[in-house]
Amino acid sequence: MSALVVLEGLTKRFGSLVAVDGISLTVEKGEVVGFLGPNGAGKSTTMKMAAGFLEPDEGSAKICSFDVSLEPRAAKLHIGYMPEGAPSYGEMTPLSFLRFIAEVRGLKGAAARNAIDETIARTELEGVVYQTIETLSKGFKRRVGLAQSILHDPDVLILDEPTDGLDPNQKHHVRSLISDMAKEKAIVVSTHILEEVDAVCSRAVIIDRGRIVADGTSRDLKFRLPHHNAVTIRLSTKDADAARTALASVEGVAKIEVLGRGKNLTRLRALPTSRRSIATDVAEALKKKKLQPEELFVEQGNLDDVFREITTSDTGSADA
Amino acid sequence: MRNIWAIAKRELRAYFGTPIAYVFLAIFVALTGVFAFFIGTFFERGEADLRPFFEYHPWLYLLLVPAIAMRLWAEERRAGTMELLMTLPISPAQAVIGKFIAGWIFLAIALVLTMPIWYSVNKLGNPDNGVIIASYIGSYLVAGVFLAIGATISALTKNQVIAFVVSAAICFLFVVSGTQIVLNVFQGWVPDIVSSAISSLSVLSHYENVTRGVFDFRDIVFYASMVVFWLFANTVAVHLKKAD
Repeated sequence: MSALVVLEGLTKRFGSLVAVDGISLTVEKGEVVGFLGPNGAGKSTTMKMAAGFLEPDEGSAKICSFDVSLEPRAAKLHIGYMPEGAPSYGEMTPLSFLRFIAEVRGLKGAAARNAIDETIARTELEGVVYQTIETLSKGFKRRVGLAQSILHDPDVLILDEPTDGLDPNQKHHVRSLISDMAKEKAIVVSTHILEEVDAVCSRAVIIDRGRIVADGTSRDLKFRLPHHNAVTIRLSTKDADAARTALASVEGVAKIEVLGRGKNLTRLRALPTSRRSIATDVAEALKKKKLQPEELFVEQGNLDDVFREITTSDTGSADA
Repeated sequence: MRNIWAIAKRELRAYFGTPIAYVFLAIFVALTGVFAFFIGTFFERGEADLRPFFEYHPWLYLLLVPAIAMRLWAEERRAGTMELLMTLPISPAQAVIGKFIAGWIFLAIALVLTMPIWYSVNKLGNPDNGVIIASYIGSYLVAGVFLAIGATISALTKNQVIAFVVSAAICFLFVVSGTQIVLNVFQGWVPDIVSSAISSLSVLSHYENVTRGVFDFRDIVFYASMVVFWLFANTVAVHLKKAD
């Protein structure tokens, strides 16, 4: 079976607040799923239930076909989980901490030593293994948390905001670590940094107010944007009117917007009907009229726009 | 078993990871000495036994054991490592027992460090060493009961100070419940069976039996069941309140 994570109708209530409202999700081996959503959307709560820290009020979470609530030990053996903020024992050194984790994970002797060495090398902790964790920088602490979660080479990796608060180099390092492991694992990563989804995730799941509001590849999601595949051109202002008429005649152009008009240059955007590709037709039409644009490019839209589009279009505001 | 031992080792190392452990041990040894020699009039009595030494142990434990127990769970909560611990393949019961064992080993170290007084009294006279051994065991059991209480309270809060104060208060109730002052309050208006139940819950009265050298099976059952009960409560507390 390749579906390593199966969430079915997961629901969690805190008093009257429904934090997670019937989330169903399947993650296969080789997938990196990015959990996106505003703060308080239920990302962390969902991950806590999948990792076996919280009991769901309804629904079930299965990891490698073990129900997390019914067979917690078997399920937890297959999970590597890094809680938000990567907590670890401050008075320990990374080495003693990883030894403790190895022991609890049932790794012994040479197997434990190899796993620890390999993990330390992977997370580049070599320089700090004898320092206490509380004295380490945030980036190192995060790596210790990550090391703990991958030590036993789990089938399922659940990482709650693994790059939050890291500098760009550290972020890059964590992302490449995740990408390296992606092939043989099912990985779920929560984030609110949308560029991360493009960088590491094969699929994005957007959660808002405890529900999944979008699920697809980053390309699928961008396809939802009205200006996906729109063509933006920049040309000299004196040609602008001619260009507009030319564009209007192109089949598939729904609307033409003037994005900016300067003394010399003007920017126009042609929005396609139903997000079809119009770039070649637009270029043809301009060429026919002997109009030379300075610049012509096809817009993809970015995930930030998708995110805003999806998570704010409903009425009311998200609960904190 | 492996998990319990892994937890216990980690906790024990955590105790000695800070200077507080050494300070605690020093204070414990110093105070047992102070109580035995000054308040317990060890020399003036002219008897070769350790009664004055052991007599004050429950009262010392009242303050010192909650100090040992308070960080066991409250610190996990405060640091957020509770989430880590509870998502490792460890059951709450294993974690509870492991932590208890760590604390209890620490208290054993504290007691072992007081043993020079045992040596001294053997130099000075011919004490009944059987009674002394029984008293050490009894003292250790009292410490275990207080530790189990303290660990349970620690699991209910993320504030170590609160854990300390509340568990000291509860331990105090279990100490004084056998004293005449408390029993006088109840006598006369509650049935005898209730007041004798209250007094039988007293850690102190069971301890007094032991330090007199009367090692009754019922006393052992009392201590064992107190520890088991509180550790059970501890497990429930961890399980129910882990995410709060």
